[in-house]
Amino acid sequence: MHKDLLRLARAERSVRIHLACCLAAAVVAGLLVLVQAELLAGVLSGRFAVAALLPLALVVACRGLLGWAQGVLAGRAATALKSALRRLLLGRVEGLGPAYRSGELVTLAGRGLDALDPYLTGYLPAVAVAGVVPLAVVVRLFVADLATAVIVVLTLPLIPIFGALVGWTTKAVTERQWRALARLGGHFLDVVRGLPTLRAFGRARYQASVIREVAEAHRAATMRTLRVAFLSSLVLELVASLSLALVAVPVGLRLLSGSLDLRTALLVLLLAPEAYLPLRAMGTRFHAAMEGVAAADETFAVVNPPQETGQERAEEAASARSAKEAASARSAGKAESARSGGRAASAGGPPEIRLEDVTVRYPGREETALDCVSLVIEPGERVAIVGPSGAGKSTLLHLLLGFVTPSAGRVLADGVDLAELDLDEWRRRLAFVPQRPHLFATSVADNIALGSAATPEEIRAAAEAARVAEFAGALPQGYDTPLGERGANLSAGQRQRVALARAFCRPAARVLLLDEPTARLDGRSEAAIVAATRRLAEGRTAIIVAHRPAMIDLADRVVRLDGGALVPPVPVRGGEAR
Amino acid sequence: MSRTETTTETTRETTRETAMETTTVASPLSVVTGTGMGRRLVLAALAGAAADLAGVALIASAAWLITRAAEQPPLAALSVAIVAVRAFATTRGVFRYGERLAGHDVALRAQAGTRERLYRALIPAGPLPQRGADLLSRMVDDTDAVQDLLVRCLLPAAAALITGVAAVVIAGFLLPAAAFVLAAGLLVAGVLLPAGTAAAARRWSARIAPARADLAARVADLVHGAADLAAYGARDRALSAAMDADGRLSLLERGQARINAAALGVGMLTQGLTVVAVVLTAQAAGLGRVATAVAALTSLVAFEPVLPLAAAGERFAGVVAALRRLGETAATPPAVREPAEPASAPEPPLAVEVEDLVVRHSGREPALKGVSLTLTPGRRVAVVGPSGAGKSTLLSALMRTVEIESGAIRLNGVDVRRLSSDDVRALITGLTQDPYVFQATVRDNLRLAGPEASAEDVEAAVRRARLDAWTERTGWDAVLGEDGRTVSGGQLQRLALARALLYDPPVLLLDEPAEALDEETADLLMADLLDATRGHTTLLVTHRLRGLEQVDEIVVLEGGGVTQRGTHADLVAVPGYYRDLWESEALTRHHG
Repeated sequence: MHKDLLRLARAERSVRIHLACCLAAAVVAGLLVLVQAELLAGVLSGRFAVAALLPLALVVACRGLLGWAQGVLAGRAATALKSALRRLLLGRVEGLGPAYRSGELVTLAGRGLDALDPYLTGYLPAVAVAGVVPLAVVVRLFVADLATAVIVVLTLPLIPIFGALVGWTTKAVTERQWRALARLGGHFLDVVRGLPTLRAFGRARYQASVIREVAEAHRAATMRTLRVAFLSSLVLELVASLSLALVAVPVGLRLLSGSLDLRTALLVLLLAPEAYLPLRAMGTRFHAAMEGVAAADETFAVVNPPQETGQERAEEAASARSAKEAASARSAGKAESARSGGRAASAGGPPEIRLEDVTVRYPGREETALDCVSLVIEPGERVAIVGPSGAGKSTLLHLLLGFVTPSAGRVLADGVDLAELDLDEWRRRLAFVPQRPHLFATSVADNIALGSAATPEEIRAAAEAARVAEFAGALPQGYDTPLGERGANLSAGQRQRVALARAFCRPAARVLLLDEPTARLDGRSEAAIVAATRRLAEGRTAIIVAHRPAMIDLADRVVRLDGGALVPPVPVRGGEAR
Repeated sequence: MSRTETTTETTRETTRETAMETTTVASPLSVVTGTGMGRRLVLAALAGAAADLAGVALIASAAWLITRAAEQPPLAALSVAIVAVRAFATTRGVFRYGERLAGHDVALRAQAGTRERLYRALIPAGPLPQRGADLLSRMVDDTDAVQDLLVRCLLPAAAALITGVAAVVIAGFLLPAAAFVLAAGLLVAGVLLPAGTAAAARRWSARIAPARADLAARVADLVHGAADLAAYGARDRALSAAMDADGRLSLLERGQARINAAALGVGMLTQGLTVVAVVLTAQAAGLGRVATAVAALTSLVAFEPVLPLAAAGERFAGVVAALRRLGETAATPPAVREPAEPASAPEPPLAVEVEDLVVRHSGREPALKGVSLTLTPGRRVAVVGPSGAGKSTLLSALMRTVEIESGAIRLNGVDVRRLSSDDVRALITGLTQDPYVFQATVRDNLRLAGPEASAEDVEAAVRRARLDAWTERTGWDAVLGEDGRTVSGGQLQRLALARALLYDPPVLLLDEPAEALDEETADLLMADLLDATRGHTTLLVTHRLRGLEQVDEIVVLEGGGVTQRGTHADLVAVPGYYRDLWESEALTRHHG
């Protein structure tokens, strides 16, 4: 069994128990075949009375029951293991950073894990049966008839040997063909995806014949390979059936001479195929099982990242944890000794934010995202951050949010280093409106309340303030309308307003962080967002990454970034108007 | 001249093909009606049945051999059985080999046919009802269902049917009553059980699919919304919501596993009890020992090809659903109505006249509410406006990939609705939204816009799009696309521009060529592009204003209507969208 999977299966009680019982059921059902053969041979040879059909029926019933139990238990083990893997994967999401092959991760944590089903419910029981039943059959044959047992013992190893031999010689060819098959699917997908481009250049119809030609060439090549690859199953089939002939004919001849009784002969005939069957069953399930192993490998590669990056991450996580523990220990201590002091800090006014020579460098990039930036933002100040794309504007916000940590320098909130603060507590004092807010697959109301225990009235009030109310009423189920991928389709402006309502729904937040809230919006939506932002910024510190004049006009001060560095200040546009 | 000739030729071919397509739009079983497919399928089924029959015959003859030998007849009486045992043992494997080869051959053919038919149906189709990369790849996976339909459902069912009938006939020769018992057992295992598993699979997948989608949505929320969740301290709640969804899915999956397990158990039980009942019937009828043994073992083995049908029934339900989805996709209505008798395409130079154009995407507010525009030969017009203003819709209407509701587009006075859409696109095309890079070499990716172009033409287009430095570096034979070299946003747009220049349509369309580029690259590309299109009839859609002083006319599109038009100098002189945008662009730009 897969090493990491085994460890996980052992650790998860539900997986351990159900998987063990499932394998036991499979093995017992396999062994009952021996009893069934015994009874059937007895009845058919006339050695046992007709009454022996009753225990035979019972054995049959038991096998049916065990087969059912095996399936049920396998299903339980598989779902429990998949849930455990899913929890591990999803628990890692935060540590991986926002851009970590997110699409792949979503697929893996969803459908990807289903590839484990054939491995757990089919392959593992087959392996267990193959490990026990052929041996038991051989032992029984030795007791019954030495000559047959010898034939079976001599031919039985041919199955794995030939299987491995033929598999080994055709492996390279078969794998090449599987890859070609994947490429063919890829080609088709490629052409369908590029159909608009093909249409634009009048090549769409021509590609139809290409699809046919490519598929035909692939079929011809595949069939050449399969002619060889299927030889393996031909050999296995021949070994199994010729062994039966090898057993049956001499047995018949010895019956003729009277040196063997009919019951033993029938038993041998019934049992001999059962020695080969489990090995072949295991072989047929091998291919599907390997896909499950691949899925498991992929999962554990995400969960326990290999080599030095993993170590780095582990260290990072460990240091983050210890910082957090220290912070919470400190705040706990504070809460005990000076509860009122701690509360005053969080419930008080907006903090002073001070950046001291902050440099941010993303791993794997040469240039710095922020380069030695020093900046003081007074409590209640409204600052617009402007600059070309890639200047480090978003990085500045992510720094204040604690998504990135400075490579050098420090960020201070009311004189306390952000690295020493409890991040969760710090973030409770922030309200963040990202450039492209994510709408969750829940109701409009839940999207607004995100993370807070707001009452419906508070949610309504926030929606009014952010002018969500204007369009929420027109949605099919009002505030209960589901959003997200499969939900109502909101325009970019409406999405921004929902994100602003989130900020309104956090009256305790003292610092607003807005990342280009009006980018990609038309004039009317922009005006709505600007008006709402103006109200939201009252009594709070606001740091707004902005492009458009209307938004920049809100600010007391404009900070210009270029190439990660501060550009000397310029006078505020329209400042005299206020 | 020569262009027009070839165009009319393709048109004739096109109409013929379109007529053919409407008759062959994928019905699930059309996969087996292809040329020679029926014969191949029968051959594969017969080989499979022969393999299974050989298996039954092997056991039956061996049983006969042994029980008859126990009666100690002369050796000669056994010789036929001995030969039979050896022959069946050998032929079983050979037939199985033949079946697997023939089955895979026919399945590959069917799959290739399905894909080609599906693709042909998609060519004239409008936007697919289900869009997005995931859904497209599911569609490709769905075409694999055809293989499963043949190899895992139909062929095994045919082999099992033939074998079952043969076993019943053998039993019937020995004892008619035993044949009835066997037939009943086989019907339970081979018809009732698969029908049951198919029905259960249908019912359960109707419950599991939403649960699975729910889980997928919550996982996507956790991953894609990671920043929002962290900022608002809502991560733990989202994680537990995802795990709740996982719990609900697990519960359903276990339910389905119980059903499948029950089918497996009942199958094994049916097999065993049928054998017991056959023996009991034989004993009651006083059948001889030899006949009883043969009847019993024949019954036992006859179930071997029949029992897997329960699992095949489950798969069949999935296959049918996949083929139904394909059928729905293939039935996507065409984007535009093609004229029954297309007028001949107008000759360049081409004047384009857009008059009161109204376009509506299915059931929504009109995207264009009466837009007029004139493009005379050699002139360059830019269309600017906020997102959602209808800029791309205008280009789609010009390229005939979306239907006109009212108003008209005329090319040299000919209404485009009287022309075949392929002809229109041969005249008006260019750099479209989301240009696509195929998994092919740099050369092939360019050449798709000019298969007959000379090497010099290709190189010239590459130079004009300023892609030459990149092609030098990468090499003309480097493979691009998903599995190949990644192409940056800037290179992708330049590649698309080179294609457009290579195709050299009489009217060149350029849709947001600087989209998704950083400032510097965007400025460079726009400058190159304005250089490259000088004197060429061009319609440029953009949201960047730098360099637009060079075009002949600028049209501002807002909310589906034209709100301003004029030259750059005209438009910056008056208040409005254009001046606002120009000022904010200047403000956020480097002062260098």
